[in-house]
Amino acid sequence: MWDYIKLAVLGLTAVLAAIAANYAHDLAYQVNALTAMLAAAIAFWWALRTAGDHRPQPQTEYNDAVVRAGVIATAFWGVIGFLVGVVIALQLAFPALNFEWAEGYLNFGRLRPLHTSAVIFAFGGNALIMSAFYVVQRTTAARLWGGNLGWFVFWGYNLFIVLAATSYVLGGSQGKEYAEPTWHIDLWLTVVWVAFLLAFLGTLWKRKEPHIYVANWFYLSFIITIAMLHVVNNLAVPVSIFGSKSVQLMGGVQDAMTQWWYGHNAVGFFLTAGFLGMMYYFVPKQAERPVYSYKLSIIHFWALIFLYIWAGPHHLHYTALPDWASTLGMVFSVILWMPSWGGMINGLMTLSGAWDKLRTDPIIRMMVVSVGFYGMSTFEGPMMSIKAVNSLSHYTDWTIGHVHSGALGWNGMITFGVLYFLTPRLWGRERLYSLSLVSWHFWLATIGIVLYAASMWVTGIMEGLMWREVDANGFLVNAFADTVSAKFPMYVVRALGGIMFLAGGVIMVYNLWATVAKQPARSALTAAIPAE
Amino acid sequence: MSKQPIAKKADPSTTGHSWDGIQEFDNPMPRWWLWTFYLTIIWGIGYTIAYPAWPLITGATPGVLEQSTRADVQAEIDRFASANAPIEAKLTAANLADIKNDPELADFAMKSGKAVFQTFCAQCHGAGGGGGKGYPALVDNDWLWGGTMEDVHTTILHGIRNTTDPEARYSQMPAFGTDGLLDKTQIGDVVQYVLQLSKQPHDAAEATAGAQVFAENCVSCHGEAGTGDRAQGAPNLTDAIWLYGGDEAALTETVTKARFGVMPAWNGRLTEAQIRSAAFYVHGLGGGE
Repeated sequence: MWDYIKLAVLGLTAVLAAIAANYAHDLAYQVNALTAMLAAAIAFWWALRTAGDHRPQPQTEYNDAVVRAGVIATAFWGVIGFLVGVVIALQLAFPALNFEWAEGYLNFGRLRPLHTSAVIFAFGGNALIMSAFYVVQRTTAARLWGGNLGWFVFWGYNLFIVLAATSYVLGGSQGKEYAEPTWHIDLWLTVVWVAFLLAFLGTLWKRKEPHIYVANWFYLSFIITIAMLHVVNNLAVPVSIFGSKSVQLMGGVQDAMTQWWYGHNAVGFFLTAGFLGMMYYFVPKQAERPVYSYKLSIIHFWALIFLYIWAGPHHLHYTALPDWASTLGMVFSVILWMPSWGGMINGLMTLSGAWDKLRTDPIIRMMVVSVGFYGMSTFEGPMMSIKAVNSLSHYTDWTIGHVHSGALGWNGMITFGVLYFLTPRLWGRERLYSLSLVSWHFWLATIGIVLYAASMWVTGIMEGLMWREVDANGFLVNAFADTVSAKFPMYVVRALGGIMFLAGGVIMVYNLWATVAKQPARSALTAAIPAE
Repeated sequence: MSKQPIAKKADPSTTGHSWDGIQEFDNPMPRWWLWTFYLTIIWGIGYTIAYPAWPLITGATPGVLEQSTRADVQAEIDRFASANAPIEAKLTAANLADIKNDPELADFAMKSGKAVFQTFCAQCHGAGGGGGKGYPALVDNDWLWGGTMEDVHTTILHGIRNTTDPEARYSQMPAFGTDGLLDKTQIGDVVQYVLQLSKQPHDAAEATAGAQVFAENCVSCHGEAGTGDRAQGAPNLTDAIWLYGGDEAALTETVTKARFGVMPAWNGRLTEAQIRSAAFYVHGLGGGE
């Protein structure tokens, strides 16, 4: 019966998508509809092929297959995202790379959201979903809830990424930073995200451990808050159900405030809370040491999630936003400093008694550097939220450097560590193919991040000072174009840092592939692992 | 995969939980961490008392200091405005040609003009006034509409060929090809003649034929010698300076489709003092007459 319902739904979806493609008002929407039609048709074909097959029930072992798929997707999107980042960094340094023939498709304006979405949502998102599925199963000793729901989340989320990416390149965007996907893509992500929440909650519900491990608190807060942020920030009325364009429900400064309430908490809950969940499982596992302080984890968790949600207005200092909102955003950001550092302390101090591993284990080294960058950016962030500092840093490259020391340093490095941790275990291999390649990756990535962040500090502070420079009569001293040309050398350094980071990512993909393809299987653990 | 407790003997006590082998120490929170956290909270409360912070039903608490970012920036603008007011009044009243004779006025107009130019003019004319295709260079002494202070001032004030200012400078070159005024051969010939005028390699026979076409169609604006007419913004065709390119292809396109460069009027967007300053700055870029 279930098979027939599935076939009917998929068939209907394919037909409706074909109709939508036919009546589409714009190319972005049309390609989205065709992609959805293709996806539904493939799923229909698959459902038809497997309809009525005997499926062994009940499955008690961990669902690791979906985590394996997530590992592959994370590594794949990571390299794509870094590559697009390198391309746009070079386009900024050498504008001639905005080729005439690719105008309107591959120029900076189109590729920039492609880069940010590819690294945050495709790379980061797949890493979060994959690791959440792994961690929640291991720490509850229960199989992922919902049968194939995990697979729906994986394929649904990656379909969302493909829809968003093709839409950007073809001009579909609602013009909100980190929330560019158009309304129909937003709706699809909502469905996938609710499925993610259900799979996670269901697994927690039937856990065999009496207590819920701290990593799961972070994952759960991330999933719930992102759902709320996504829905509220994307409230919009479509101009036509057959077009990409929609009108935002809120306007003016209310819309700006909602956008940055969303935008800052995309950082706070997607890139911080979710990744802290990752840190809380994989750092103690890799270090083979207990977590430093249970008390600290409770206090900093509640303080972090309570405070983060109010910090958004610091993105709108000195704008149409009223002063009072600006003040509150700044105050909450500064108070957020210690709750953020609680995670860093718990991560670093977990290594006390195992510091010697830094010498021998490049994976733990990666995790430590990651936590270090986390600490640095969560100090830099509150500092930049102070109005006086922000009046210099806002709209400059300093912000870009800040984001990247967090994204490359914290999110990137912890994810690399997790991928190196998981690949041998998930594919039943004795160990990684090469630890020396991990070291190469480590150094390339670390030096790359340092070049990136340092060059952006220099250009950011320089252009901030140049913009505000006035002479004795109050006249501006520099033209905007002067600041752009002054930044050129640092833009080259930044691109070089990006190339090094990308090179490290490529080495990682080779190393992970070789681990699966060339390493001997671990004899005892080739079978699925029972959930207990 | 190990489920064995991983705490060592000398370690502090754990909470007794174990998840997939992960345990937690029962360590207290680091004191420095806790105290810094408390301090930021106390500071936060103090700051929100001092500055506008807490939203009420209508409006928000103004804060003890009653600070306002809008008032701050207005005060700064007012300070410069009142400091500059006397000299701006003097600048507005001065005879345009006399500005350069008053060192104080000239110094002020140069600084102010540079700031105005970099903010409003550099987008088209380049940060250094070097221009680009379709946007005249302002650093040379080749002027389309005249290079005296008076001329430059009028150009900035009213702009060129815009639809917003009835006094904008205006002229329109006919699209000789598109509108069928000349056939392809005639256009080819006249282009060769213009190449000859500007001392570039050309086909002598075609240029001779082109001279006739030029005399019948072009001299009313560009003059018999092709040296242009500033009253109509008609460029000099005998020098090596070209707004849209001086090679055969560019000239053919110009004659065929004509050109229609537009500059906005700054009257109303900038003050008279700013416009005079910008004119003075542009006049001083090198080519002022």
